[in-house]
Amino acid sequence: MPKKYHIDARPAPPRFTPVGRFAIIDFNEDCAGACHNCVKKKCIYKNYEKESDFVRGLDRPVEFLNECMSCLCCVQNCTKGVVSRVVNPEYGWLGDDYWKPEQIMSIWNQATTGKIPVSGAGYGGPFSGPGFDSMWTDMSEIVRPTRDGIHGREYISTSVDLGAKLPALSFDDKDRLVSQLPPLIEIPVPFMIDTPPFGEFSENVFESLALAAKEMGTIFITAPENITKKILKYGKAVAPRLDAARIGKFRSLIKASALVELEDSRDVVKHVKKIKDINPGVIVSVRIPLRNDAPERASKLATAGVEVIHFHAGTDGMSSDAKEPMFIKDVFRNIHRRLVSDMQRDRVTLVASGGISMAEHMAKIIICGADCVTIGLPFLIAMECRMCGGCVKGAACPVEMSKIPPRYGADRIINLSSAWRNQLLEVLGAMGIREVRRLRAEFGRAMFMEDLEKDTFERIFAGRK
Amino acid sequence: MSTKEKMRRDSRTPGVIPTRFRNALSKYRVIRSAACIGCGKCAELCPHGVHQRYAAYDKTLRPKDYECRGYECRKEKYFCIDKCPAGALSLNLNPVYEALGDYRWPADLLLSTWDQAENGRITNTMFESQIGKTSGGFDKLRLNFPKRISRKVDPEEVDMSLLLNRRSDDKITPRVRIDVPWYGGGMSFGSGSDTTMVGKARAAAAWNTFTCTGEGGYPEILYPYDDHVITQVATGLFGVREETVQRVRFIEFKYAQGAKPGLGGHLLGDKNTAAVARMREAVPGTALFSPFPFHSVYSIEDHKKHVDWIKAMNPKALVSAKVSTPSDVDMVAVGCYYAGVNVVHIDGSYGGTGAAPDIAKKNIAMPIEYAITKVHEFLKAEGVRDEVTLIASGGIRTAHDIVKAIALGADGCVVGTSELVALECIRCKNCESGRGCARGIASTDPELKLMIEEDWAAARIINLYRSWYDQIRAILAQFGMKSVAELRGRTDCLTHLDYSR
Repeated sequence: MPKKYHIDARPAPPRFTPVGRFAIIDFNEDCAGACHNCVKKKCIYKNYEKESDFVRGLDRPVEFLNECMSCLCCVQNCTKGVVSRVVNPEYGWLGDDYWKPEQIMSIWNQATTGKIPVSGAGYGGPFSGPGFDSMWTDMSEIVRPTRDGIHGREYISTSVDLGAKLPALSFDDKDRLVSQLPPLIEIPVPFMIDTPPFGEFSENVFESLALAAKEMGTIFITAPENITKKILKYGKAVAPRLDAARIGKFRSLIKASALVELEDSRDVVKHVKKIKDINPGVIVSVRIPLRNDAPERASKLATAGVEVIHFHAGTDGMSSDAKEPMFIKDVFRNIHRRLVSDMQRDRVTLVASGGISMAEHMAKIIICGADCVTIGLPFLIAMECRMCGGCVKGAACPVEMSKIPPRYGADRIINLSSAWRNQLLEVLGAMGIREVRRLRAEFGRAMFMEDLEKDTFERIFAGRK
Repeated sequence: MSTKEKMRRDSRTPGVIPTRFRNALSKYRVIRSAACIGCGKCAELCPHGVHQRYAAYDKTLRPKDYECRGYECRKEKYFCIDKCPAGALSLNLNPVYEALGDYRWPADLLLSTWDQAENGRITNTMFESQIGKTSGGFDKLRLNFPKRISRKVDPEEVDMSLLLNRRSDDKITPRVRIDVPWYGGGMSFGSGSDTTMVGKARAAAAWNTFTCTGEGGYPEILYPYDDHVITQVATGLFGVREETVQRVRFIEFKYAQGAKPGLGGHLLGDKNTAAVARMREAVPGTALFSPFPFHSVYSIEDHKKHVDWIKAMNPKALVSAKVSTPSDVDMVAVGCYYAGVNVVHIDGSYGGTGAAPDIAKKNIAMPIEYAITKVHEFLKAEGVRDEVTLIASGGIRTAHDIVKAIALGADGCVVGTSELVALECIRCKNCESGRGCARGIASTDPELKLMIEEDWAAARIINLYRSWYDQIRAILAQFGMKSVAELRGRTDCLTHLDYSR
């Protein structure tokens, strides 16, 4: 039996104290002072132990506050009632409208431990929401078997293929294969690593990403000027992202790569051919900003023979249309349906990116029709990015991103990937699916909010006076 | 009813059962400074009992600020802050209030549930006690009271009982009726403390309903409450023995749990103490995973075999199938009925748990609000709706949620988290970490579990039930209904904010 694929996680504690959600404040002037009942001694999470370290040694900042587990025992038991809990204002500033503070914190925790987030009590979030929050994935019960992927009792494959596939093979009269097999890359995880949209970049950052890609067996896509000699060492784990004008300039890079990303342009099919002339074994992925008319563009390119099409939405997952932008999951369902009706779907690989901030988004976009995704920003957050936007404005990075040691950066990325892959296994296992390839466009194994509403509340309540 | 149980039966109105913590959480903070002269004026003025002064003591007591209405009082004649002759009182927002709760259980709902558990009724009407802030499902449904009541009903006369066995083809199982249209959810020995378990069981006995053992076996401390205990047969079969199956009147198969559908139960090693391990016949300190699914059930026929197996051991037992809410939940429910169960229990995806992956809690399977309608309609179309009791759970928080679930088509509900909130759970979501619940509710730690007393736990839950009982009876009377059974499937009693004009 072949060796089972597994991403080994190694704990990588944060270099900088992460921002915590809650802070405990105490009004020391009201404290009884010599109280023998001090609640701080009774904290079961031992958070206050570090406070006394600070008082004795005065050599570390008072950052223990960030680790409060918010059980409120100290607040409720203090004899003088001087302890109080507040939401850490810095926590509220994390991220933006789409990237919520709790998502960023969850990414940090996963990058630190490599474990999937587990917690007690029921889900506490909103009933549903825009984007990926308006769909639920299915599970199997009684009449359909589930699969136990997470505890390793059954193997669930997360491999996907990049490249064109033939609709059928042809053989000559002596049963010899005559079809020309196009190049195909199999990656063991349904994601590639993309260059984050912003960040305080340096060779160290790129090396972290390339090293992680190489160790996991996937591909890191970046602009050719980022591929320095050091990065070049990672060979086929690195793929250059070119625009049409610069194809000639990077001939040797194209020759050394297994995959090349090409920015979309009017004559893109011609330029794909140009790259293929330089290296017939290379797979060319056409990178297109996601627009609402993506189904037409995908249909045109697929019919023209493009092997891989990568649609990238904004970091908030929205298409780039100025008028009524659509969310990536809805556009991808349309793209998939269009390619199916064109009878092109199985020939072409569809890659999605943008707005994928949690493990579940990876599963959900695959259900909506993508073959795989590329992930950029989450890996930057894994390397402790706080999404403060400082680097965009030219300010210094609060976590000194550019100085990150490549080994450490790669470990954090690998930890996050391991946790995300395990969560994907949970979703697949619950559905009873043993291969992520089979999850693609399984619309029937998801429940969309609009359908559920139509079947229930709309039927009951609509049109009533 | 055994004599032992009669002796132990608790009153349904245990009175005021205050918080077990020194500082109750509140929305406002009323601070009495050292300038107080102890005149007792504030105690005379406040109609909400924030200030108290007893003749035998020359000082006014520390303000009960969780009863305070805050700035709402400002216009009233009894606004203590202005009236204090020494200017010793001040009022401000408690910063903890803003850091409390989440969308499903906002701070108001927690405070209101604590209020009900303390007093047996809603005393502080300032808190939102009916809905949360999830902007969907129950939180967008409202009760649609008729403008004119067709018949006048006295709330005292409303029949709140729920029949658990409706099968006309089942002549052996007795017709079990419980006094309230809900029963307690499963919380296994190991995930909860034994005080919590007994507290739940005593509340169930007092209200003649049931509580559930969860999947961790049947601890001896529950033996006095046999008639009000459901024993669960889950995929791990932890602690399931012939003897435990024969002890009870009601047996539940846990096919799936709403919070982690498609995944088995999960008891982390720290919580697996010697006592828990003995009950589960496992090694102490090891993490215990229940497999998923039942590897002996891959079809409805297999499920029937399971039911037959229970009925062979205990022919008079009611059998329930607890299932989660996948896209084909309606088919599963009908299949369960044909396999011979008395109760179909659907557990929606936002239900509680002691430990579950966040991805499963949020994403897998559909919310209960959709599933109730789907299953109710399907059972009706199949012509078997009146043969089976449909129980909904997974996100039922308040009396109003119960009313809404029944109006959507369920016969009754199962509640779990609310009971824990009555015991002052603040939903910090750390049930599973380290020594377990820091507040002693869901901890097997020998020291932490001493934070709760059994009598207190029982009385708090009984009080919450009391409050719900009275609220639901009042609602039904307002609808002109004489029994809770009349409400089932009456979607005309509801409106939905998205569709109402």
